[in-house]
Amino acid sequence: MTPTLSDYLMLSGVLFAIGAAGVFMRRNLITILLSIEIMLNAVNLTFVAFGRALGSADGQIIVFFVMTVAAAEAAVGLAIVIALYRHRESLNPDSFTVLKW
Amino acid sequence: MVALALIPLLPLLGFLVNALFGRRLSKAVSGAVACAAIATSFLIALAAVWRLVGLEPDARELSVRLYSWIASGDLSVGFSLRLDPLAAVMILVITGIGTLIHVYSTAYMHEERDSEYARYFSYLNLFAAFMLVLVLGSNFVVMFLGWEGVGLCSYLLVGFWYQKKSASDAGKKAFIVNRVGDFGFILGVFLVFRQFGTLDFQEVAHAAARLGPEAAFGTISLMTLLLFVGATGKSAQIPLYVWLPDAMEGPTPVSALIHAATMVTAGVYMIGRNAVLFSLAPNTLTIVAIIGTATAFFAGTIGLVQNDIKRVLAYSTVSQLGYMFLAMGVGAYASGIFHLYTHAFFKALLFLGSGAVIHALHGEQDLRRMGGLRKDLPITYWTFLIGAIAIAGVPGFAGFFSKDEILYNAFINGHTLLWAVGLLTSLLTAVYMFRVVFLTFHGERRVAQAHASTRAPEHPGHPGHPGHPGHPEHPEHLHDAPPAMAVALIVLAAGSIVAGYAGLGGRFAHFLEPSFGGALVEHASEGSTELTLMVVSSAVAFAGIALAFFFFLKRRDAARAIAASFSGVHRVLDHKYYVDEIYDTAIVQPVRIISEDGLWKGLDVRVVDGAVNGVGEIVSASARGLRRLQTGSVRTYAASLFFGVVVVLGYFIWR
Repeated sequence: MTPTLSDYLMLSGVLFAIGAAGVFMRRNLITILLSIEIMLNAVNLTFVAFGRALGSADGQIIVFFVMTVAAAEAAVGLAIVIALYRHRESLNPDSFTVLKW
Repeated sequence: MVALALIPLLPLLGFLVNALFGRRLSKAVSGAVACAAIATSFLIALAAVWRLVGLEPDARELSVRLYSWIASGDLSVGFSLRLDPLAAVMILVITGIGTLIHVYSTAYMHEERDSEYARYFSYLNLFAAFMLVLVLGSNFVVMFLGWEGVGLCSYLLVGFWYQKKSASDAGKKAFIVNRVGDFGFILGVFLVFRQFGTLDFQEVAHAAARLGPEAAFGTISLMTLLLFVGATGKSAQIPLYVWLPDAMEGPTPVSALIHAATMVTAGVYMIGRNAVLFSLAPNTLTIVAIIGTATAFFAGTIGLVQNDIKRVLAYSTVSQLGYMFLAMGVGAYASGIFHLYTHAFFKALLFLGSGAVIHALHGEQDLRRMGGLRKDLPITYWTFLIGAIAIAGVPGFAGFFSKDEILYNAFINGHTLLWAVGLLTSLLTAVYMFRVVFLTFHGERRVAQAHASTRAPEHPGHPGHPGHPGHPEHPEHLHDAPPAMAVALIVLAAGSIVAGYAGLGGRFAHFLEPSFGGALVEHASEGSTELTLMVVSSAVAFAGIALAFFFFLKRRDAARAIAASFSGVHRVLDHKYYVDEIYDTAIVQPVRIISEDGLWKGLDVRVVDGAVNGVGEIVSASARGLRRLQTGSVRTYAASLFFGVVVVLGYFIWR
């Protein structure tokens, strides 16, 4: 039996939820970045699935853009993480709350 | 006729030259520029009037529309000038007497610094320009421009010696009191436009002529009454006359030009200009006549006891203006304008004469410290005497003709009471004028002892005369009027004698008739009545002179005894009926208290500032709470973002 569009969307939703949960729950910046990647890829999966279901290449084209952006984001994100670590000797996001009222 | 525009433009040009380059000009140059400007204007005015007289009596009108000034909806106001017989009389008075006063001023103001001298002449020229605009303007708006302009110049010139507190206060008083009248005037103008849909004098007159006189108090009465309120401000009538006596703080030639010969006549002129309108409102005319007579009498009584030579003349001006309004009020417009014209001569003469006295005494203005100046100042004495005779109404001199005509008209129109009060006032006029003459020029010299020590601290005199702090020289060395002043005095004295003959046989009235558009009240001259009245008023004039002679020359002690036995009356008169004090308590203080405690500390501080500060308080208080949302924790932001998206999506999915 071949998977249907709803199967893909279901999987995508699960992945997105896992990613979101990781962003909110984990206490490590690197893990949070990884979780964001998971969310992005969940979205990519949705795009590809819809593209296939509708018989159009648009979904795949957008996925290329998303992957490019994700790569740039990962590079910038990791650079910030390293800078923060050097500054504070910590990767816990809760210790970076100086920018407040 | 475009040359008409040059008449006000030349003095304006003179003003610009002196105002812009005055600092760098020497006195000779700035004085010459100013005199040349006004004198040329006088010559052009003469030429224009000559041309006007050459026209048919019914077509005597020259006009020029310079440009369209305001055009909006139904309102169309052109900057246009019109010369008709009434305006002709006015421009000749303004430029003619104005020229003499300019010439006189070159000598009188000679001790000022160069820049001050130029400033003085620039104001004088500006004043002449505005006054000419006022009388030449062919509609209410152009007139109003001049009307406000002369008010401004009055402020500038009264407060000319602005370092002196009393002078700058007097300038402000003149300006503010005038403002009250101007408010009435402009309301009247609004009403005119609402009623007639036009502001051109001729069109208003044509439109009004189609209406009948108002028996009850209606729109026209209200309109004319409002215009009259403007006139009371400008022409110093009850209740707005209070600024004129204080305006004597200005230089004396200014008093002569503005506060005697020209500006204060603007109200009279305005009523004459709208004679048709006023004739339709008998109620207003009655009020005008009563106010005029009351002012004449009231000011005359005050003038009787004042000790400042210029103040006596100021009250005399108020009194004479009252006569003019009496004439207007009884419908004798031509007589009013005639008195305006003769009064300009002798009042300018009297002021300039008093200026010559003050000049000779280095700023002394108190009658009690003068006396016996006849021999030292012969030119001043004789010319001043002619002026006094003319204003007193001695037959053969200018004042007699015009005053007699006014009283005659009041009597013949059935206003016997007004006539009687007018006659009494004319007695007062003779008394106070000759009081001045006798106290100043006759009797023993009271200058000598007062001159050296007591004067300086009490009377700073002219701040512009710093070169004469003490001058303890012998009083024999008083100098009579220098040539420039003497010329003006002599010409004006000649005018005070002959000006009245222009009115003989009703020629003056006949000339002015077209301007009043048939509103002139014609009366068959009843020879016997006229003659009787003439004899009566001459007798009154002589009686007044005799009284003054008795009390102020022969028996000074008798005058003092009377003053002492009626000390209450004397005190009231000396304090000018306490009018200034009453105004202060009844109007100025309440206004001040309302402004200070009500509007400033109440409305402004509490309400306006409170609203502004309150808004600020609310914003900062709520911000103090809201800023707690900025936790600094990235995950909180991400969570709120996420929840926001979920909520928005949820809304769109399940709505």
